Amino acid sequence: MFEALSDRFEGVLGRLRGKGRLTEADVDEALREIRLALLEADVNFGVVKGFVARVRERCLGEELSKALNPGQQVVKIVNEELTATLGGETIRITYSAKPPTVVLMAGLQGSGKTTNSAKLARWFKSQGRHPLLVGADLQRPAAVEQLRTLGRQIEVPVFSEATDPVQVAANGIAEARKSGRDVVIVDTAGRLAIDAELMDEVRRISEAVDPDYTFLVIDAMTGQDAVSTAEAFHQTLALDGVILTKLDGDARGGAALSVKEVVGRPIAFASTGEKLRDFDLFHPDRLAGRILGMGDVLTLIEKAEEVFEKEEAEEAAARLMEGRFTFDDFLDQMQQLKKMGPLSGILGMMPGVPKEVRNAEIDDREIARIEAMIRSMTPAERVDPDLIDQSRRVRIARGSGTEPTQVGELVKQFKEVSKMMKRMGGMGSKRLAKSRRKAAKAKGKGKGPGGRTAGGRVAPKGKAPLRLPDLGAGGLGAPGGVPKLGKGGLPDLRDLGLGDDLPGR
Amino acid sequence: MALLIVLIVALVVLVGTGIGLVASRRHRTAVLEPPPTAPRVPPEVIEEVRAEREAAEEAELTEVPAVEELEREEVEAVIAEAEAAVAEAAPVEEIVKPRFRDRLTKARTALAGAFGAIGGRKIDDETWDDLEEALIRADVGVAATQELLDHLRGRVKAEGISDGEALLDALKSELKQRLAGYDRDLHLSLEAGPTVWLFVGVNGVGKTTTIGKLGARESRDGLKVVMAAGDTFRAAAAEQLGMWAERAGAELVRGSEGGDPSAVIFDAVEAASARGADLVLADTAGRLHTKVNLMDELRKVRRVADKGAGTVTEVLLVLDATTGQNGLVQAQQFTEAVELTGVVLTKLDGSAKGGIVVAIHAQLGIPVKLVGLGEGADDLVPFDPDEFVEALFA
Repeated sequence: MFEALSDRFEGVLGRLRGKGRLTEADVDEALREIRLALLEADVNFGVVKGFVARVRERCLGEELSKALNPGQQVVKIVNEELTATLGGETIRITYSAKPPTVVLMAGLQGSGKTTNSAKLARWFKSQGRHPLLVGADLQRPAAVEQLRTLGRQIEVPVFSEATDPVQVAANGIAEARKSGRDVVIVDTAGRLAIDAELMDEVRRISEAVDPDYTFLVIDAMTGQDAVSTAEAFHQTLALDGVILTKLDGDARGGAALSVKEVVGRPIAFASTGEKLRDFDLFHPDRLAGRILGMGDVLTLIEKAEEVFEKEEAEEAAARLMEGRFTFDDFLDQMQQLKKMGPLSGILGMMPGVPKEVRNAEIDDREIARIEAMIRSMTPAERVDPDLIDQSRRVRIARGSGTEPTQVGELVKQFKEVSKMMKRMGGMGSKRLAKSRRKAAKAKGKGKGPGGRTAGGRVAPKGKAPLRLPDLGAGGLGAPGGVPKLGKGGLPDLRDLGLGDDLPGR
Repeated sequence: MALLIVLIVALVVLVGTGIGLVASRRHRTAVLEPPPTAPRVPPEVIEEVRAEREAAEEAELTEVPAVEELEREEVEAVIAEAEAAVAEAAPVEEIVKPRFRDRLTKARTALAGAFGAIGGRKIDDETWDDLEEALIRADVGVAATQELLDHLRGRVKAEGISDGEALLDALKSELKQRLAGYDRDLHLSLEAGPTVWLFVGVNGVGKTTTIGKLGARESRDGLKVVMAAGDTFRAAAAEQLGMWAERAGAELVRGSEGGDPSAVIFDAVEAASARGADLVLADTAGRLHTKVNLMDELRKVRRVADKGAGTVTEVLLVLDATTGQNGLVQAQQFTEAVELTGVVLTKLDGSAKGGIVVAIHAQLGIPVKLVGLGEGADDLVPFDPDEFVEALFA
């Protein structure tokens, strides 16, 4: 979603980077493009104006004239200002000492309050809490019905009654106390910020339930109006944060940038898909990294951690390094991967993925096709792909509804990739031993393994940042092309201290 | 395919080696976090409370069926209430038919004044900046704004426009010109069998509500309307449409939750034909235009809707007025998939101005046909370009 924005930034800043001397005109030219990129991404007009003015002032001030490499300096200033604008830390939910902890959901019609109330309830449940959903949207036909259905899906009780919204909300809290629920999420009707009557109603709901957290639900596709809406709700309700929805589209999320800057409240949660599990805490610091094309490894690993079986994944990685990776393992891992959501999303979080690959249209059905092919192989073939000759290829193709050439390609690429991994596995083992010694030392000093910064981002230790295999040109588009797993590929994981738990010790 | 294999392998490595890191970090934070300040209560009391709570939770679980039964009644109560509200509100609405501007003034007065200043000034750089800001803040978009202003600069020179008032008028006429000359009627099929109007769009834009309002309008105008609950994905979407159908005096055809939307809509068209209905309003589940499989599903819905006794004459994109630049991409993707005949711009009664439809007209040639101005059954009105343009600067 933020990819388009990051591409524009890369382009503009790339041109500056090489320059030895910068004139005021150079800076203005670059800023003009940055301004356009931000506006096209729906960043609020006022926010853009302020951002550009700050960058310009700093660029043309002292800082630049002293700098050794002015181009670099501009990049740095833009990065810093962008991080400051996006800014903020991940919200920390603390629970009321006197349960229940009350969360109030507010927003415009159609922003996704009901769905996200359920998603939030599921999140609280995963944190070991016992949420109660309260349906105070008595306006939209069947809104309560929708909440009940969602509640059943996540096994969270739903309270509602056909009285009036303020009453329902207040009784909901009483109900939670009675039944020992420690978190209450109050879903309210969608309302326009300019509708005085309904804004008054939501204020009365808020007074009745005295929420610990008030979240404004905002659609990522919202345009310039996001800021005025957020301001109006903030005035009435004193928001604690924003829940950003529909981030799985291709909207550039400028609203996200703007609300933080204008209202001063962070994005607390983000919803990234239609499934109820596609929802999590939002990490503004990581977002800055993504916009600047630095990937988001932490989120990736956390997501993976949720769905992959740890032991299994470790073992698979071990077998991969030792060259014993079979189609069965591959199939297993693929199943897990599917649970992580759409591939394009995963790709977006990987660092060092070239733009062309990131933007490539990935058809998730391709996974199904590969799965079908593997499932059409005999157990013996899955272990030893060399067995697969022409007649077996034809059989597999027939069984999976594909072409024999596709089967051939899959087998060929699978073999080459696993061969490469084996080679790297061998290469890595020496370095592994070394890094383990290093890690042990670091631990002795009371630090975690490897270099981790306070911000929680993985910091490259002097070496190239964590890089994926070079998925670059040639490897992908051309049929039969083998992806280059260049040097500086996966073994670098160990330089980051990631190798601490590397199997094969 | 190569990409996939590498991706999976890379992930396996990343996960196999990375989980340890995160796990150990979790462990650390767990240690660092202060222990919850638990009240000092004797263990036996805690035990007692826990037992009580468990009992309560169990009771709750067994209670669920009972609650479900209650639900029906509750839903019916809501319907009754809503009906009462409609009945109450209806006479008033009859007298004061909402018009574009009536509804908009409420939203605009709060914001007016910001650009009123342009009027009485000489034209200078600041005037142009203000115009640009006004257009961009209305979500017209950077490209469309620049194109408009470039054109305007030419006109200012050629016509010798020198004061702000005339400049603003010239800009308005430029905009109106770009919105003029479109067919904004909703067409009925001339062939035998029911007419089908299909509603598409991303999640939460107001498709179901739009169908409800339009159904009410068309049946009041004497058409026999069938509503097809093609949103089989969102929880209770069919119930929501059902309530509208009841209010509008239309029939509802629905399938099972999670069922095939094409089948539901096909059945609805057949049912409409059998009962001699004139118009089928077909709802679809909200979908992001980036989801390949969901867009394929929509293509199928569009094909199948035409297969039976009915004829599809309108495919309408429902677009939320608060949508920013993404609206253009949405229109582009949806029209590629199902050939849109028009746009319904909803929620224009808020502070958002829906400027993105200017670009949708100019670049894709898809006209806005209807505008949603509120939650009442009568708040769906034909699009009026002149009033829309005036409202952009109000």
